[in-house]
Amino acid sequence: MLDALPRRRVLRLRPGQTGTLVAASVLAVAILACLLAPALWPLDQSAVALDQTRLPPSWAHPAGTDDLGRDVSLRALYGLRVSLLVGAVAALVATVIGGIVGGIAGTLGGPVDRLLMRVVDTVAALPHLLLGIFIVAMLRPSLGAVIASIGVTHWLSTARIVRSELLSLRNRPFIDAAISGGAGRRRILTRHLLPHVLPRLALATTLMIPHAVWHETALSFLGLGLPPHLASLGNMINDGQGSLLTGAWWASIAPGAVIVVVTLAIAALAVRWREYLDPRVRAELQL
Amino acid sequence: MTSLAAHDVTVSYSRQRVLDRVSLHIGSGETVGLRGPSGGGKSTLVRVLALVQGADAGHVSIDGTWVAGARHRVPAALRTRIGVLFQSPREATDPRLRLDDIISEPLRATGHPDAAVRERVTELADLVGLTADLLIRRPHAVSDGQLQRACLARALAHRPSYLLCDEATAMLDASTQAHVAGVLTDYQRETGAGILVVSHDHALLTRWADRVVDLQTQERRHAATAA
Repeated sequence: MLDALPRRRVLRLRPGQTGTLVAASVLAVAILACLLAPALWPLDQSAVALDQTRLPPSWAHPAGTDDLGRDVSLRALYGLRVSLLVGAVAALVATVIGGIVGGIAGTLGGPVDRLLMRVVDTVAALPHLLLGIFIVAMLRPSLGAVIASIGVTHWLSTARIVRSELLSLRNRPFIDAAISGGAGRRRILTRHLLPHVLPRLALATTLMIPHAVWHETALSFLGLGLPPHLASLGNMINDGQGSLLTGAWWASIAPGAVIVVVTLAIAALAVRWREYLDPRVRAELQL
Repeated sequence: MTSLAAHDVTVSYSRQRVLDRVSLHIGSGETVGLRGPSGGGKSTLVRVLALVQGADAGHVSIDGTWVAGARHRVPAALRTRIGVLFQSPREATDPRLRLDDIISEPLRATGHPDAAVRERVTELADLVGLTADLLIRRPHAVSDGQLQRACLARALAHRPSYLLCDEATAMLDASTQAHVAGVLTDYQRETGAGILVVSHDHALLTRWADRVVDLQTQERRHAATAA
């Protein structure tokens, strides 16, 4: 009995950590499955099996088959690969653009800051899904077009975050103290400003991934995203909606469930990370 | 003429005039007290004198050299001749850095070699009474008093000719307050530095300073001459 006590203490999680653990496991499994999929379960994107259309879920096809006889669960896995890739790269593109714009506005200040922020306000006044649709419509349907469309329309919040963070840091007494101590412009930037801004920038990127995944889905659902034969979660939901009326509910359910679960897992981890970045919470965790 | 001086310094924040043609000089080896009501511009005057904030009108001079501009427009060699101790050590330190990094930052920023920096940090920590186990902690893990000691060590790192203390002891307990005052007095005796002590505590100022300047009467004088 006595031996069991310390062991239980090791296993006991702090409040809130159970959710983090579940989210981390879900994401780990999803990423691992995405990485291993081509080796373990190869998929011919254009293959159809017309003798196996609209089969309900079974052991052979855990999520059934669609109206062209393709296995929904396998295609959902490949769709997740595409969605995560698009989400991550688009979020990165948005972060780079937003980081540069916000960085320039926040460091230079004055008229440059006012001009850039009015540009941000102007772009923010346009519905960004509409703007994204406009951009993909001008380009050929491809992965690159979808990424560009999402990246170019989602840097606004990042620019605002970086700018306000820099502006508030610039007037903090510890920056004054560093200047008084003889630190030059470059040292202030690399040693005192960036270390504060970068974690928040990384967090903004992570929070952007689920949003970007939803955007890819929305664009593909509208038929503007990726080429129809390529499995993407949006394409699959789009294809599946026709089968819904004929009673084949599973064709949309699997990709829908995948997108909800994975984006929720990323968002949960990002929120936990945000709590950790708060110095007060971090102090509690370290002490 | 060796002194740090403000000449007719005027500063306004969005049309609210905080300092109106204020002049003040701190001679070498002299301790000057500065008092005035809260929100009366004491901290602003310290920031202007420390060359981290520009004045709308007027100038700062250091040992007869007139300084144009503030912050990075002033050569680092001039900025480091003035040490500043801010009111809140929490605000004045980067929460990410360990105490030893906070103290060594001015030296590293001006390109001192590693070995020299380490030696000087040990010396400074000893001077202000910080033990080695405190030096590896971050600000959240030490008390206000301990953090203000680190700030004092940082302010002394470059052996400044002038030290500006903006309500530096207001938040500290009596023994830390006495210790900080003792370190400053010793430093002054040793180096002949000029010290500006800002406080609203009149008793502290009369006890410590050679002479006390009242911001309000200075500004009232201007009002009288203008009328």
